Amino acid sequence: MSHVIVAEGLSKTYRSGGRPLPVLQDVNLVVEREERVAILGPSGSGKTTLLGLLAGLDTPTRGRVVLEGQDLSRLSEDGRAAFRARNVGFVFQSFHLLPSLTALENVLVPLEILGEGRARERRERAVALLERVGLGDRLHHYPLQLSGGEQQRVALARAFSTRPRLLFADEPTGNLDQRTGETVIELLDELHREAASTLVMVTHDLMLAERTPRVIRLQDGHVVADECRDGALRA
Amino acid sequence: MSTAPRFPFQLAAWESRHTLRRVGVYMLSISLGVAALVAIRSFREDVSRSIAAESRLLMGADVRLSSRRPFPDSVRQVVDSLAEAGHEHARLVAAASMVLAPANGNVRLLQVRGVEGGWPFYGAVRTTAGGAWGGWREGEVMVDPAVLTQLQVAPGDSLRLGERSFRIAGAVEGLPTELGFQTAVGPRVFLAMADLDATGILGFGSLAQHEIFLRLPEAADRVELEARYRDRFRATQTRFDTAQEEAADLTDAVAFLGRYIGLVGLAALLLGGIGVGSAIHVFMRERLTEVAVLRCLGAGQRGVFLAYLLQAAALGLLGALVGAAAGVVIQFGLPGTLAAAFPVRIEPRIAWTTVLGGIGVGVWVALAFALLPLLTIRDATPLRALRHALEPPARRWDPWRVVAVAAVVVTVAALAVLEAPSPPEGLAFAAGLGITLALLWLFGAGLSSLARRGVPARAPFPLRQGIANLFRPQNQTVPVTLALGFGAFVIGTILLVRGNVSRELDFQALEGQPNLILFDIQTDQREGVLDLLPPASRSQTQLTSLVPSRLTAINGLNRAQLQELPPERRPRGWAVRREYRHTFRWETTPSERVVAGQWWNEAPPAPEGVARISLEEDLAEELRVGLGDRITWDVGGVPVETRVTSIRAVDWRRFETNFYVVFEPGALDEAPSSWVLLARMEDPGQRARLQRTLVERYPNVSALDATRVQEAVDAILARVNQAIGVLAGFAAVAGLLVLAGALASSRHQRVLEGALLRTLGGRRRQILAVLLSEYLALATLATLAGLLLAIGASSVLVTRGFGFPFRADLDTVAGVWLVVSALTLATGLLGSRDLLRRPPLPVLRGE
Repeated sequence: MSHVIVAEGLSKTYRSGGRPLPVLQDVNLVVEREERVAILGPSGSGKTTLLGLLAGLDTPTRGRVVLEGQDLSRLSEDGRAAFRARNVGFVFQSFHLLPSLTALENVLVPLEILGEGRARERRERAVALLERVGLGDRLHHYPLQLSGGEQQRVALARAFSTRPRLLFADEPTGNLDQRTGETVIELLDELHREAASTLVMVTHDLMLAERTPRVIRLQDGHVVADECRDGALRA
Repeated sequence: MSTAPRFPFQLAAWESRHTLRRVGVYMLSISLGVAALVAIRSFREDVSRSIAAESRLLMGADVRLSSRRPFPDSVRQVVDSLAEAGHEHARLVAAASMVLAPANGNVRLLQVRGVEGGWPFYGAVRTTAGGAWGGWREGEVMVDPAVLTQLQVAPGDSLRLGERSFRIAGAVEGLPTELGFQTAVGPRVFLAMADLDATGILGFGSLAQHEIFLRLPEAADRVELEARYRDRFRATQTRFDTAQEEAADLTDAVAFLGRYIGLVGLAALLLGGIGVGSAIHVFMRERLTEVAVLRCLGAGQRGVFLAYLLQAAALGLLGALVGAAAGVVIQFGLPGTLAAAFPVRIEPRIAWTTVLGGIGVGVWVALAFALLPLLTIRDATPLRALRHALEPPARRWDPWRVVAVAAVVVTVAALAVLEAPSPPEGLAFAAGLGITLALLWLFGAGLSSLARRGVPARAPFPLRQGIANLFRPQNQTVPVTLALGFGAFVIGTILLVRGNVSRELDFQALEGQPNLILFDIQTDQREGVLDLLPPASRSQTQLTSLVPSRLTAINGLNRAQLQELPPERRPRGWAVRREYRHTFRWETTPSERVVAGQWWNEAPPAPEGVARISLEEDLAEELRVGLGDRITWDVGGVPVETRVTSIRAVDWRRFETNFYVVFEPGALDEAPSSWVLLARMEDPGQRARLQRTLVERYPNVSALDATRVQEAVDAILARVNQAIGVLAGFAAVAGLLVLAGALASSRHQRVLEGALLRTLGGRRRQILAVLLSEYLALATLATLAGLLLAIGASSVLVTRGFGFPFRADLDTVAGVWLVVSALTLATGLLGSRDLLRRPPLPVLRGE
């Protein structure tokens, strides 16, 4: 197995009300290809910040992140965006579909950003993905016309549209009721397996974490545990 | 390459439906400005083109020679030689005279025109109600249609002119119109030249105009004529005008006026720009999370920026297209409403360069004002998609912001310079707008910080909460102050300037001022005319002599020698050549004051044989003379030596007889003169009776009733006011759109806040009171600030631009204040209906 994500000595300090507020302190971790990792921790533990740093959405105060052998600190903001376009998919807690675009157009966005292949192929891929998540009959609906579960399924289709090697999910079931949440997670697992991608998921849902082979626990900005399902602790 | 090149276009296309729904209406504020600009410019071009194309119709000839006195033989010889060469000519003598309709006793001062020859050479003359143009029969007149209505007569009726009676043969339309005050005063009566002589109205001192019209279709002939006889014409005070020159003068005048009106259109467009800016500002703030998501998905900053810039451009284009179309509709409607104001038929034609220019300006203004808010895209880091609660990033030094602000400043300055009558005026206009906006911004910021400090803790909760909204984070105090204040400023300035100018042109409002002028009174008729006045009026009557004369020398240099002087000492040609009408009197009038030297009683006596005179200050400057200088006049063929002993400032706008040159009494006693009498008679019926008696007893005396002048001025003002009213309306609608946009920007936060308050037990009435206190404070104060600035701006415009005294009409100010405040309140409350109506739960759940 090869290292897909390498984080070395990651620290992040925000300024709040003019004072420094350390959110993440000296985090080191390695994620292998096709691994599934849950980052677990109470509110304010720094898990979303860690996800943001791993995905290159923000720059660390100290330390570095290497994705697929690419040191993100060596890339500009736009360089990281281009890297994400090619390699990274996202699922958010509040879905974050573009409200002015239809389901189909939302799924097309990452494909259009990448701009590869022909328009017809891109569209076929988007339609196929929406059918795969069970929304073949909702292609031209706007987000407001979809239920929460449906919106998150569109978001899943969007996340996998460019066949990303890395998938980041931020509380993907946080805004859904339990049954809908389970359906979404099952779908996420299936798509992840089919795409042979690596999944990093932030959650404070213990049930969800238990379904994940590896769980990293955060508290007050520190990694307090990094355990695989068999219970073995990792460095 | 971070983002596929076509992505921004694809995203812009997808989003445009939503964007159009969300901010499309604000783009209408651009439409209003573009409509005003396109309509004004196109109409200006229509007028210029129509006038140029029909310049011959304006004059009815190619060349006109004119003089205040009968043409001397030297000029007649020129005309005779042209006639021998086969060039047609015609002669006209124009004079003002009282005309009486014996059938009903109506009497008016009308323009009487004696005609000889085939004038007009161009244009189709139509006669209505019988009669034929040009086939003059003795004892018959043709009249402008307005004569029939004013005197309430019909063809076949008789009219009395001077000592003769005439039969009205018919009315005539399509004759070249004379522009200006004269035609406004009275329509025309045409008769054969021989008949005019017989009326006796061309008595001594009467203000007659002698004209010879020439048909010279070849430009070369006209040039040759002028070049060959220029000196002779000048020496005999004969004016030489070609139809083209006259048309060009008129075109210039229209263009000049059009440019001033254009500035108001520009103000409307800039208001639209502010509207677009504030709408895009709100729109982008709502979009920040979306932009962050796009960045998460790998879209580059530039790509996303371009996508929104494209949308702003597309909306600007749409707004400008709608505006240009509306402008063309207005342009085609204007000739109908303004037909009477122009001497030729205005043919509207779509001026594509103007339309395209207007569209371009609209798009550009939309983009320039959208640029600054669009730059907030740069603040949307991808991380925002994960967490909103972060403090907004500190405003870093961003050179692009400087570029954006510079784009707005340069745009405003460039448009103002292009639109204004002259570049300095354009820059002054732009600077004035800039200062106004800066002051409003300061006022808004001051209001916000005052609200932070100034609410007493004992004040009721809704009031405290409402006032607190003026300074809480993301408050809209500054944008709303800008929008409202600027709107109130534009409307207030337009109305105040209009009010002040209208008042100054209102003769009748001047209490105790004369409202009747009798002129061409001969010396031996003075007593008789005075006897006709009612005793009450007699005491306030001014009787003034008019002594025609010409300047022959200054300080011993004759007119030819004066022209040899170096330019800085050389008097202006017109001031030397013109025919003067002097008077003499003991006292100064209320409308003049001595600004240099002394009046007769204090001035040192002049040497024997030299009369003391007082000059009007502008004339003294034109003649390059001052106190102590000597001027020689030719008065009825007799040289009269004078010395300047005082200079006067004269208020020419008063309905009084004022003079460039006033003599000390005694010097002109023996000179041939006519008299002017000014009287005030309150009763219009009495004035009419006096005028009738005058026609019967002293047919050579003419009367000008201030009521008629006022009617003419009012008719012109009404049209101008109409145009200005429409523009003020444009500004008002644009202002409301801007206001709605600014208020909408904080709507989301308000709705959430309202829901929270209601969840915590707040009643609708309390929430309404919170809103009312906030909007009331904003509306009244921002409008007041704009209006105070409007008072400042209009006082500068009225005193400097028009040279009139300024009065801040408190009625107007209070009216605008109340209406704008009420509209703001209504707009604000209307936009907050949701807040009061929607149950709190769905709002709190973000549905």
